Formats: sequence, C-alpha cells, structure tokens
Amino acid sequence: MIRFTLKETPSVPLEAEVLSPDALVSLAADQIRALPVLLGKRRRRLDEFFEVEGDGGDEIEIRGDAQRVKWIGRGMTRGTLRIDGNAGMHLGSAMSGGTIEVSGDVGDWLGAEMTGGVIRVRGNAGGQVGAAYRGGLSGMRDGLILIDGSAGLELGMRMKRGTIVVGGPVRDFAGLQMKGGTIVLREGAELRTGAWMNRGTIVSLKPIPLLPTFARAATYNPTFLRLYARRLASFGCGLPYDEQDGRYIRYTGDTAVPGKGEILVWEPRA
Amino acid sequence: MKALRISGGTVYDPANGIDGVVKDLCIADGCIVADTSLAPGARTIDATGMVVLPGGVDVHTHVAGGALNFARGLVPENQRAARKFLHGLDRRAGLGGMTPTTFATGYLYAGMGWTTVNEAAVPILSARHTHEELHDIPIVDKTSLVLMANNEFVLDLLEAGEAERAKHVVSWLVWAAKAYGIKAVNPGGVEAWKWGKNANTLHAPIEGYKTVTPAQIISSLATIADDLKLPHPIHLHCNNLGVPGNFATTTETMRVLDGHRAHLAHLQFHAYGGDDWSTMRSESAKVADAFNAQPHLTADAGAVLFGDAVTITADGPWQHLLYQLTGRKWGNLDVENETGCGIVPYVYKDRNLVNGVQWAVGLELLLLIDDPWRIFLTTDHPNGGCFWRYPEIIHLLMNAEFRKEQLQKLPEKTRQRILLADLDREYTLSEIAIISSAGPARSLGLSRKGHLGVGADADVTIYPVRPDHGFLFSYPRYVIKGGAIVVEEGDVKDVTEGREFIVHPECDAQIEEYIRPLFEKVYTMSFANYAVEMERLRDPEVMPCK
Repeated sequence: MIRFTLKETPSVPLEAEVLSPDALVSLAADQIRALPVLLGKRRRRLDEFFEVEGDGGDEIEIRGDAQRVKWIGRGMTRGTLRIDGNAGMHLGSAMSGGTIEVSGDVGDWLGAEMTGGVIRVRGNAGGQVGAAYRGGLSGMRDGLILIDGSAGLELGMRMKRGTIVVGGPVRDFAGLQMKGGTIVLREGAELRTGAWMNRGTIVSLKPIPLLPTFARAATYNPTFLRLYARRLASFGCGLPYDEQDGRYIRYTGDTAVPGKGEILVWEPRA
Repeated sequence: MKALRISGGTVYDPANGIDGVVKDLCIADGCIVADTSLAPGARTIDATGMVVLPGGVDVHTHVAGGALNFARGLVPENQRAARKFLHGLDRRAGLGGMTPTTFATGYLYAGMGWTTVNEAAVPILSARHTHEELHDIPIVDKTSLVLMANNEFVLDLLEAGEAERAKHVVSWLVWAAKAYGIKAVNPGGVEAWKWGKNANTLHAPIEGYKTVTPAQIISSLATIADDLKLPHPIHLHCNNLGVPGNFATTTETMRVLDGHRAHLAHLQFHAYGGDDWSTMRSESAKVADAFNAQPHLTADAGAVLFGDAVTITADGPWQHLLYQLTGRKWGNLDVENETGCGIVPYVYKDRNLVNGVQWAVGLELLLLIDDPWRIFLTTDHPNGGCFWRYPEIIHLLMNAEFRKEQLQKLPEKTRQRILLADLDREYTLSEIAIISSAGPARSLGLSRKGHLGVGADADVTIYPVRPDHGFLFSYPRYVIKGGAIVVEEGDVKDVTEGREFIVHPECDAQIEEYIRPLFEKVYTMSFANYAVEMERLRDPEVMPCK
C-alpha cells in the first residue's frame, strides 16, 4: 500500500493524474516521489506536496483536504484508491475499473465518461457527475457511482450505461440528454429532471417537479428494480420495490426530443 | 530564390507525355527551368529510386467559409477526437479531423503532396470571410467558386428574359466575390427550399417563379461561363443529389448542357438507380456511358469512404432530408437572396445498403469513365470523407485484388446492387497523376499547375519508392511548393504562404447602377460593403479570361 499525506492545501489547483494505481503500481518509493504534477502551469515533483509512505501495490490511500487536487484516479483500470478527506474535480474521470472511496466531498466531473469500476463518496459531489465532457457525445458508459450526500447540476448528463445513486438532494438537469443507464434519486431533484432524455431510467423516491414533456404512462412495480435493489443492498443502500410498501408511477419522455426514457416516482402506500 | 535540382527520380508528367522517365528536374525562382539555365552550386535532392509527380490539385473541396465554420461548431465531438497539431517554431497550432482548422488544412494537404485546392462553394455574402480564411491556409494555392444558381438577381433576370444583362450581373458578382468561377448547386432547388420545396424535375418552373426552370438556369449559366471565357466552366452540383433514381436527372442534365463546357461535381452522389432507399442500386454504367459520349464535360468522383464525415452543402432541401434519415444533428442557413446551406454529421457504414452502394459507385465511376483527363479524385471533402484519406482511394484504384477483398466485406444484398466486382481495371501511376493533378489543373484552366514542363510552377511531390501500394501516397519524402521544400521526410518543414487565383471577367460598366438600387432594397447590408476588396486577398493573381 502507498499512503500520500497532503502537506497543505495548494493555493491553486494541482493536477495530479499520477495519483492512480496504474501509474504507481510498478514504481519504487523514490520514483513515486519524483513523479510530475502541475501546479497551475508549473511542473513540480509530487513529494513537494505529499508525504509518501510505503511502495508498490495497487492500493492507494490519500489523506488530507485534497479539494484542489484534480484528476486523481484518471483513467484507472484496477486497484483501490481511498481518500480520507476531500477530493478535487475530475476524480475517477474515464476510469474503467477498480474502486474509489472518498470519506469527504468531491468536486465537479466525478467519474465523467467512466467506463467501469465503482466510486463511493460519503460526502457531497459537485456538478456533472458521470457526465460527458463538453463536446462529447456520451457520458459514463458503465460502472457504479454512489454518493451519500448531495450532487450538483447535470448529474449523469448524456450517460449511456451504468448506475448513479444519490442519497441527498440533487440540483437541476439530472439526466440531461440521458441516453441510457439508471439514476436513483433518493431525495429527489430540483428542476428539469430528464430534460432531452432519449432513453434510460431515472428513479426518484421522492416526488419531483416534472417537465410538461413527460407523460404519465402507468402505475406498477417493475421487476427489474428487484435486481437493482439486491445489488444496491450489498452497498448498504436499499431500494423499495415491494407492492406492500407502495408503487411507482411511470412517466415517459422527454417527448420534446422525442425520447423513450422513463422517470419512475415512488408512491408509498398510504 | 534558391535554385534546386531533383536528380535521378522517375518522373511522371502526363501533361507533357512523360511516363516514368528517369530525368533531372531543375527549379529556379519558384518555376521549373531548363537544365542549362540552372546556376551551378544549386542544392540537389537525390531522388534516385523515388517517384516524382506534379503536386496534387483538388478540384472540389470545402476548406473555408461560413458553412464550414458552422460545421466546425456543430461537431465538437469530432474536434475532440481529431489529430492535434502543436505549435512549433514555424508552425501554428490546429486540429485535423473532419473539418480541419485553417492552418492544419494547409499542413495536411501539403503533407499528402497536394499543392493547389479549389474551394467549391462560396456565397458572395460570405466571400470576404472565406478569403480571410483562405489567407490563413498556408502552403497551398487556392481558387474559389461563387454560388450562382439560386441568386435571385440572376433568376429574376432569367424570368424577365434578359439573358444579356444576367451575364453582366454574373460577371459583376464573380468579381465582387473575387472568385475564380461559377458554382451551381441544385439549380432552383435552394431557392424553392425557401418556400419549403425542392426542384426535383429539370423542366418544371421552380417555386416562386412563373417560367424559370432548373434546365434554363443550367443552360444559361453554362452559356454565361462560356461567353465570359472563364478558365473553369460552370461547376455544377446537379439536382436530386443523393436520391435513388437520380441518374436520370444527371443524364438529362448532360443533355441540357447541349455541348457547353461543364464540370459535374461529385458525380458519385448523382448515379443511383432504384425507387427508394430499399431498392437503391448503382447506375454508374449508365452515367459513365452518357458522360463518355460528351467530351466537353469533366467531373470529379466525390467518392465515399466508410467512417465519419460531415456533410456540408448549399443544398438545403437535401440536408433536411438527410437529417430526417439520420435523426442526429442538423444545421440550416439562409443566405439572404443568394443561396442556403445545410450541415448534417454523417457516418458511412459498410453494413448499410445505401452507404455500400455509395462507396462502390464512387470507385465504379473512376473505373468506368475511360478518359482519366475528365474524371478527378475527390471525396467532396468533408462530405464523402476527408481529403486526407485520398491515399486510401488511390490504393483501391491501383489494386484490383485489394478492392475485391474490401468488396467481400459488404453484405450480399449490397453486392447484388453494384458492378464493382466485374471491374478489373487498375490505375497506373501515370493515370493517378492525371486524376489527382494534371486533369484537375487543366479543367481549372491553371496552365502552370499540374505539370512539370519548363515554366510550370515548381510544385513537385516526391514519393520514396514506386508507390504500387497506394497508401504510400500518405507519406511523400519531399513536397516542393513554388520552389521551396515544404515537406521533408514526411514532416512539414518550411511553411510558405499560398496564393489565390481569381478572374476579372468583362462586364458592362453600367451594371453596377442596375444592381445598386435593387441591392439596397432587398439586402440587409450596405452596398459599399458587399464587394470584397483586393487587399483582403493574399498575393492574388488575376488569371486571364480568353
């Protein structure tokens, strides 16, 4: 295991995509210390900002308030990345495998365009979780993002596959231009959820304001949610599906596109 | 300027009847000179074992202007995936991809051995912008054609039977745009599109007019181009582009042209049979037969390659149809009283019947039209594929076996609708030099381009070995443009500036007084700002109309 302890929060964003199991697994401690990071536009050594302990292996632990450290775990394919504290923008961007765990909050673009792996955030996340970068046609293509706290704008924008679960409230445009995959909103979301969505499923356990371009289609208890519930239960977050507890109202849209997406809103039994 | 000798290369110069002769080429002051007039001590390039060809000439491409910028903005996903050009000591940064940026366009063309390009569709209203962009495309020389077949001034005069005045208006507009010739896109159809219609039949009056037909527009503009003695004839994008069964329109257009000179653009998109998308088939044989019998016509292939493309054309109604077929993105522009424009990103897929037929038709036309001096290598960049993929087409043309291997990848259903399996012709190196350089230069009337005779511009491309394998065309060892070595060992070394060729056809001095009041009535800009000033062009050269 390798442990990085942040000496102090940098004054400007630090770009540290080397903080990834793939980049570190074969390196000795002194090689790791010398890895390049960018402080603003200046190229610096990793050990100017972090204390480094241990070497080898694909298990990484980062301690400290890394809210200004960007691109951690970029493109990682394997291993474990544990962050005891906060993390900056683009955490786990384009990752395809492995696990990221964060005890604090994370910035924007968490897991943007990821294609696999699991990200678990105990705190809050910024905007564009699992989204497509500007100009990209599709956002996350597989994998699982679990956020215990809240999330910002454009959650899952243009996502194509995979699952995002948010425990806290979510801001506007969740599932914007969604093409597939599943978003679970345990505390609902603000405005324009599912705008321009083509396909995919948004599950909300709380009533949410809907766009007029979504039409009420049915009331039912979809079978596939049992599978999702079982999988999510292994991460400690349940999902109601039983008829005895309530039912889902299904809305289809966004007919402005026109899309074949769905928003399922949970209605507990009175 | 420095003198240069290229020694020991095998020279292919079809315009001067030289077919694979080992000889020296001498260059001084940017031109090819006779051996005796070269000063001693000139730098020598040892081209032993290499192939020496005249620099490529692209007769039909879209590399600058409003429509192209619209396309650039519409496909950011392509820009992200595009090849990056980092800035260096003498090179500017840019992006390659489907719609390369200005500087990258120059590097990519030169890097492939092409040294002259013709921007084939410029509305007069965006001519100033187009010239600014052409100004920023380094190395290659440029010409541009101005859109005329849906210009309401011209159509109104044709309706009124004032052919003579129409000629002077066209002449004035060509000079106002600082263009090199006349482009006609879907004659009458783009005008009809402003009413939500199209012009599908050549002999019916177009929407908004009582008598003017597409046929009348075509023959009038062809006559005008001849009367004005323009070096390049009317450059015609026929009606019904892309539509199954459109070969009949294309052959009828050839009849309507009735002996006038004309260049038929991207002929591939105009040689389909069938009644709808499910019955679409190749009619390249019928189109090639009709074309072979009309010696005054030239054409470019507009070949399609599988993969990503962006379709950009003034043909607004067609683009709307294509958008409905793809369901992706669509851009549409109205250019006041002159023309329109549509943009649709597109992916050509080999499993798709229509795309498979399109791929085959482009190659079939290149193989079935027997005079290489009349059919030229293009993809209608970026419509059928990017210009930097020309080497792939060259490979397909030079190697029948490779072509048949590729053919096997198409579904059986597609193979029943095309003729390509029966065509065994293989292009020779000399024929490749004709369709990619000598032919288009002759069709454009650029007498100093496309050949290596004494007095020609020293635009020379040197490939490392005899490129039987067409892909080698991707990597010239040296490219010489105007006497300067711009590419060495496949890398852009010396970035020179390209020139622009324009024409100044004769026109009645009073015609401006006719246009001005009309213009002030119907346009949104001031007349004084309409015509492009000479200062906007980089190193322009006015070519004679004779």
